[in-house]
Amino acid sequence: MADKTLSNAMDINDRGGKHPFEYEDGQRVEASFGVTPSQTVGPFFAYGLTPGAYGYPLKDIHSSNLTGADRGKTTITLEGQVFDGDGASVHDALVEIIQADETGCYADSPRNDGFSGYGRCGTGSNGPAEHGGDTRFSFVTIKPGSTGNGAAPFLTMIVTMRGLLNHCITRVYFEEDDLSSDPVLAQVPENRLHTLVARNVGTGRYRFDIHMQGENETVFFDL
Amino acid sequence: MGDLSKGRAWSQMPSQAFKDYRSTQKRAPTQAPVKLDGGWDRSISLSPVWPKTGEHDANLTANGRINGDPIGERIIVEGRILDDKGRPVPNALIEIWQANAAGRYVHREEIHPAPIDPNFLGAGRCISDADGYYRFITIKPGSYPWGNHRNAWRPAHIHFSIFGAGLAQRLVTQMYFPGDPTLPYDPIFNSTTDAAIRNRMVSRFSMEDTVPQWAHCYKFDIVVAGAYATPFEEGHSHG
Repeated sequence: MADKTLSNAMDINDRGGKHPFEYEDGQRVEASFGVTPSQTVGPFFAYGLTPGAYGYPLKDIHSSNLTGADRGKTTITLEGQVFDGDGASVHDALVEIIQADETGCYADSPRNDGFSGYGRCGTGSNGPAEHGGDTRFSFVTIKPGSTGNGAAPFLTMIVTMRGLLNHCITRVYFEEDDLSSDPVLAQVPENRLHTLVARNVGTGRYRFDIHMQGENETVFFDL
Repeated sequence: MGDLSKGRAWSQMPSQAFKDYRSTQKRAPTQAPVKLDGGWDRSISLSPVWPKTGEHDANLTANGRINGDPIGERIIVEGRILDDKGRPVPNALIEIWQANAAGRYVHREEIHPAPIDPNFLGAGRCISDADGYYRFITIKPGSYPWGNHRNAWRPAHIHFSIFGAGLAQRLVTQMYFPGDPTLPYDPIFNSTTDAAIRNRMVSRFSMEDTVPQWAHCYKFDIVVAGAYATPFEEGHSHG
C-alpha cells in the first residue's frame, strides 16, 4: 500500500518534463472591474455538478432525465460521445442541454408535469474507458417542438471539460426535420451543417457526437 | 446588451489554445465560434428552474459530515453575482467544488496521495438572492500537484459554476486566494494574460466580515456578461 502510494506520487510529479515557462508575478496589480475570466471545469466536477450518476452523496439538482415522472408521453434518448483531436473519446466532459417541450414551450417556471427543460450528464458516469466505461452521455427527454419563426426543433447544448478554458455552446437538430428555414442554421457554413444534426438510429434513439477538432469539428456558436 | 453579433467577451477570456496548459492541445476547438446576427429564440435569456436547495447545501462544513467536523481552516466565502454594468444578478445558481485542506479531492479518479477527510465532501450550492448575494461556509482548500509539467502545483482554488439569466450568464471559473505563492507558476490561472483581468479571480481577505472566534472571510464578486434581450423584446424576425 505504501509503495503504491509512493509510485503514484512520483508519477504525478515526473510527468510533463521540464518547466517550460515562467510568468510575471502580477499579484500586486489591482484587478479592474469587468467580467470574470472563464477557467476549465477540470476533471473532478462530478461530485458537485452531477453527483447522482456517479454515486456521490450530494442530491442532484438536475439529472440526465428531463421528462419528470410518468408523463405518459413518448420519450427519446439522445446519446453520443465527445471526441478530442486524436479521435479519442473524452470521459471527463460535462454536457448540459436546454430545450423546449413538444409544443415549443420552455420550462421557465415550475410545471405540474415535471418536465424540467434542462439536464446534465458527465461522460464518465460509468467510469473511464480503461475501466469498462463507454464514455457516453445519454439523456432521456422528449423531442422538442418548433419554438417559432421558422425554427426547426433543436436543443441547446453546452459542453465543457478539462483542457477547455471556455465552455462551448452548440445546437442539436434532428435529421428527419425540415431544416431549410431555420434562422440559425442559415448562418452556418453549409459544409459544416452536418455537425449539428443528430442521427435517428431507431426506436426513439438519437446519436449526436461532438468533435472538438478535425474535419468534422462541431460548430460552436459565439454566445 | 442584446446584440448577438458582439459575441462573448473574448478579450477578457483566456484563449482556448493556451499552449502552456497542455490538455488544451487536443481539446480546444480550432475554428472560431460562429457569430450570429439574431435568430436564436427566447431560451437565450432564460434561466432553467432551479429546485430549492437543501438546508446545508451552502455549508460545506456540514453537508459531508459523518461523525465530526471536517479538518482544516473554516472560512466564509461570500460575494455578489453582478453583470458587466455592475447590476446584481438574482436567482443565479452558484455551485462550488474543491479539494479538502490536504489538497485531496473526493473524486474517485484522484490519485494524489493526501488523506481523504471522511467529514468533507467539498461540494455545495446556493442561489443568489434578490441583490445578487451568495455565501458559503467551507474549509480552505490545499494546493495539490498535477501532471502538466515537472513540479506542477495548482494554487489553492475553489471551482465555481454560475448559471444566471440565460446563455450569456453561464460561467465556469475558479476562485484563488490572495498571496498564494504558486499563482505565478500556474498555467491555468495565467491563461488570462492581462494581470488586471486575471486578478479578478483572486478573492480578497476581509477583516470586517471575518467573524470573531469563528472564521476568516474571503470576498469574491463574480461578474458575468449582460443577459441577451429576448428576441421577442427586440423584435427580431429572421424567419
